[in-house]
Amino acid sequence: MAAENGDNSLAAPLDTCRIPESALYNAALMTSAEKQLPPIFPHRHLLGIEGLSAADITALLDLADTYVEQNRQVDKKGSVLRGRTQINLFFEASTRTQSSFELAGKRLGADVMNMSVGSSSVKKGETLIDTAVTLNAMHPDLIIIRHASSGAVELLSQKVSCSVVNAGDGAHEHPTQALLDALTIRRRKGRIEGLTVAICGDILHSRVARSNILLLGAMGARVRVIAPPTLLPRGIDRFGVEVFHDMRKGLEGCDIVMMLRLQLERMSGSYVPSQREYFHYFGLDYEKLGHAKPDALVMHPGPMNRGVEIDSAVADDINRSVIREQVEMGVAVRMAVLDALARNLPNELRI
Amino acid sequence: MSRTAFINARLVDPASGLDVKGNLLVADGKIADLGPDLFSDGIPDGAEIVDCRGHILSPGLIDCRVFTGEPGAEHRETLRTASLAAAAGGVTTLIVMPNTHPVIDDVALVDFIERRARDTGIVHIHPMAALTKGLAGAEMTEIGLLKEAGAVAFTDGDRAVANAQVMRRAMSYAGLFGALIVQHAEVPELATGVMNDSELASRLGLSGIPAIAETIMIERDLRLLETTGGRYHVAQVSCAASVEIIRRARHNGLNVTCGVSAAHLALNENDIRGYRTFFKVSPPLRSEEDRKALVAGVADGTIDVIVSGHNPQDADAKRHPFAEASFGAIGLETLLPASLALVHDGDVPLTRLLGALTFAPADLLGLQTGRLAAGLPADLVLIDMGMPWVVESARLRSTSKNTPFEDRRVQGRALRTMVGGRTVYIHGDGGH
Repeated sequence: MAAENGDNSLAAPLDTCRIPESALYNAALMTSAEKQLPPIFPHRHLLGIEGLSAADITALLDLADTYVEQNRQVDKKGSVLRGRTQINLFFEASTRTQSSFELAGKRLGADVMNMSVGSSSVKKGETLIDTAVTLNAMHPDLIIIRHASSGAVELLSQKVSCSVVNAGDGAHEHPTQALLDALTIRRRKGRIEGLTVAICGDILHSRVARSNILLLGAMGARVRVIAPPTLLPRGIDRFGVEVFHDMRKGLEGCDIVMMLRLQLERMSGSYVPSQREYFHYFGLDYEKLGHAKPDALVMHPGPMNRGVEIDSAVADDINRSVIREQVEMGVAVRMAVLDALARNLPNELRI
Repeated sequence: MSRTAFINARLVDPASGLDVKGNLLVADGKIADLGPDLFSDGIPDGAEIVDCRGHILSPGLIDCRVFTGEPGAEHRETLRTASLAAAAGGVTTLIVMPNTHPVIDDVALVDFIERRARDTGIVHIHPMAALTKGLAGAEMTEIGLLKEAGAVAFTDGDRAVANAQVMRRAMSYAGLFGALIVQHAEVPELATGVMNDSELASRLGLSGIPAIAETIMIERDLRLLETTGGRYHVAQVSCAASVEIIRRARHNGLNVTCGVSAAHLALNENDIRGYRTFFKVSPPLRSEEDRKALVAGVADGTIDVIVSGHNPQDADAKRHPFAEASFGAIGLETLLPASLALVHDGDVPLTRLLGALTFAPADLLGLQTGRLAAGLPADLVLIDMGMPWVVESARLRSTSKNTPFEDRRVQGRALRTMVGGRTVYIHGDGGH
């Protein structure tokens, strides 16, 4: 079908960062014959925030805004990915992220297949490249990958011929989480530039923290990290962030308070002495939140450990917490990412 | 009586500091004579003549840290393939590590290595024996008997002897035989990561191995050495702090020596970017400041020997996400050019550099080679200092191709390698 269309979008320069009006408002309504949408994102894969320009990020957020509106309609179904095959390849279990990507793909009209390959069930790594090569032979257009090892998604992207989206690799990056956080912030605060954002908790093991530090920095926010020294990575002071070990000092004057999940197994003495002590010093409650700006928003990538890193009442406070909104933005951002990458895919059969 | 006459050579003998134009005669596998005036009365009849065209004629290189897969993992490397790679790299003596299956921790297994080396290898090969049985770090091996059988030193290879009591007793007991103990200096509990502990590791999301994992172990062992006496050698230092510790200990009169791999002199952690598993080695590649300190350590003699750290790993062990890939890089054929880069860069004088590859390891291990002197075995290498070439992994002789120098442009290579008077490699000959 697409082969009949002589106007191959790939012929257009890929460095276009401004989104034409038509792309913003009509994407969802187009039929497949019309889906020669202009490219807006000059990358083949989304492996991380590293390497993206502020213009790249803005383009994705602008497109995501249109999908937020589409997702609030009765008819949520679009067709820009009609005929495309999307595979969700999750080597690490994740209900949230996987269902978010699944819904995003389906709402754009793609055929979506979920593959959960428990890291423990396969002999680690051995089938990793083989799995990717096998899936690639099925001609997918987009593969969404999560893996417990840093760099695994980049490795797989070198072995397949389609576009790859990193849905989280080890302690490296989780770019769509950072994008959905940015979208949430931008819609609530109207901007990202100039805001002060505190990221609190297990920075050391967090891919969410790394992607957010890169994205927020690229967009001109001031980023602080707040954690005990055992949960901070080496050289964090050279990431362009301010480092705090005291929640009250760190939250002073913040516009956004971003909490991170602390894995339960890290709370029994190896990184911090106990759950109780951790919550006492680093858990977010109203008292500590009181040091941030009065209109500061509370965010959490989920799933939350209530009473460990965040007080239940704070998490559920509809005036302060945007945690549920983040989930909504997640679907829209992933739709934008899938759409943007698919625009760069070949539209003609090459034999 | 077979004779070879090397003429028009630049004779370089690092041990004596000799660096002159001259000739060298090999007879019956030994160096018969050498000097600027040799052959002034003519070249002996019947001698094979090798015109060196002004290139360097040096003692053959001695590589005292080589892992192979024999016995037990011959698909990675055998003693024979390692010896082919060695010959092509100008290495005339290689020392193999005991990390095999079974472990070289018994007299019969030392005999096995010696016999296989003799029957299949084309260069000299000697084993280091395990310091502890089964490399388990608990009970010491038969140091005396193993040494008599031919083990040149005692080490647990790429494993640290972590237990201080075991190390203390081993040092104390080994002193009885003058046996050298070689340590992979690393505190295992601190070395759970996969690369240097640094900002880059944090950016890549990889867990780090801090330099203190190495320095704490070296400091501990030096404290033990103070009380036990004996001979102690750090197999491979990787960071500036280790060089400083050893420099100070030597100043205080301790009998400590150390080595460094050519890869650590040529590369740093930034080469890992993109999760390139061929740069995953143990100890890890560290910062550029560390690399510079290692180079300075070679220049001032704090670092005694340069090794390849040759560690063949098959493709399946490396085609993984970085954290799951195995440690190790091959290096026999790149030892010489990677080391010579220090001379080309003006950081280390030629004789000092070649010394760390010839007489220094010979003296460390008590080998009767590594010098240009009449009566010694004719283990020689003819080196073209300046020859540029590109490292192509497919052309390397090792069975495993995990070279961190893949596709790199390097300078300098062995033109001809002679072991015990027998020519085992001629560059461009296609064979051996």
